[in-house]
Amino acid sequence: MASLDDLKKRIASVKSTQKITKAMKMVAAAKLRRAQESAERGRPYSEKMNNIILNLSNGISDKKNAPKLLSGTGENKVHLCVVMTSDRGLCGGFNSNIIKKAKSYFSKILNEGKQLKIITVGSKGNDQLKRVYGDKIIENISFKESKNANYFDADKVGRIIIEKFEAGKFDICTIFYNQFKNVITQLPQAQQIIPLNNEEDHNNSDESYEFEPDEDEILSNLLPKNISTQIFKAMLENSASEQGSRMSAMDNATRNAGEMVDKLTIEYNRSRQAAITKELIEIISGAESL
Amino acid sequence: MSEEFKIEIVNPEKSFLVKEDVLEVVVPAFEGEMGILKDHISIISFLKPGIIKVFSKSGDENYYVEDGIIEFKNNNLSILTSTIFSVTDIDKSKQGDLLKKAEAEANKSQISDQAKYLADQKVEVLRSIN
Repeated sequence: MASLDDLKKRIASVKSTQKITKAMKMVAAAKLRRAQESAERGRPYSEKMNNIILNLSNGISDKKNAPKLLSGTGENKVHLCVVMTSDRGLCGGFNSNIIKKAKSYFSKILNEGKQLKIITVGSKGNDQLKRVYGDKIIENISFKESKNANYFDADKVGRIIIEKFEAGKFDICTIFYNQFKNVITQLPQAQQIIPLNNEEDHNNSDESYEFEPDEDEILSNLLPKNISTQIFKAMLENSASEQGSRMSAMDNATRNAGEMVDKLTIEYNRSRQAAITKELIEIISGAESL
Repeated sequence: MSEEFKIEIVNPEKSFLVKEDVLEVVVPAFEGEMGILKDHISIISFLKPGIIKVFSKSGDENYYVEDGIIEFKNNNLSILTSTIFSVTDIDKSKQGDLLKKAEAEANKSQISDQAKYLADQKVEVLRSIN
């Protein structure tokens, strides 16, 4: 059995760990509120953008000559996956969930004999993926310096993707991120952004728009912006999810530490009692033998 | 009958401006300035760098934008833009930064005609704000 001194030290160390996790939880909670707010405020933009694109693509006259970003290259050989994770750890299953989702998608693609290219956003995803898929990663982007998700960063990622698309480096692009549902639930998502997935085609809007200049030109200007917007949306959702995930992870850690302190304290008290009893017995039996 | 319609300006971070009592909006559309009044036909267009002028019952406002898309439908005007400032309370140092950036871009030798045109526009508009 551990000596009294050892137990005392352990209790002290668990207590100080508990203090740290508690502080981290508070910080995460404060950041979560901000991240959640900006995620909610960012939604109208991406929704409106989606709407306009939908209206535009309905209005487009010549579907065959539509911009490639909308209709795709017509091939399905090279897949680009953008895996968006956090730059910091200690946030529960946040990163592993995205990676798990991404990995199952990767193996599906590779089994179909297609080519895979990966861009990682955030250093944690890169750390986890480079062991198995190191040769597939073509770019690693990380925004450690910027505190909050901002559009400027998203635009940078968007530009890289579009540059590669225009150079014919890939046919289909999918982004992986965590969608924020609430503090305890985050849903890992795979969203295809190139070509634009118009499955839920609302053809009911028979409104006619006037376009100035014509549809094609607007679309070719709008689609690259839409890529950045989608990435920005993913970044906002991700940062809210990260904080939520960290908060609940740290909450659990704090609770576990509390339980551990209780258990150790009981053990400490018992062994202290045992030591006292032992000493008493020794004294009494010593006195009796006289 | 009232001559008012609704305007909503959103940027990626938030809903920038919502007004219900707008009488006229002049936007710097790509092919020239365009004034929008109530009951305008549904239109989608995009913007070049310039000034959005909002005339409303509660006062007139001017905003500087670098790019954007507008959609007008059922007397709802939506403007999506990534960069927008109010002209009246624009930060002078920020304005200077933007101007410098735009000038640098306009002076680059290897850019497409369209990019050059947009950069020139930016410079012109930013200078005119002073």
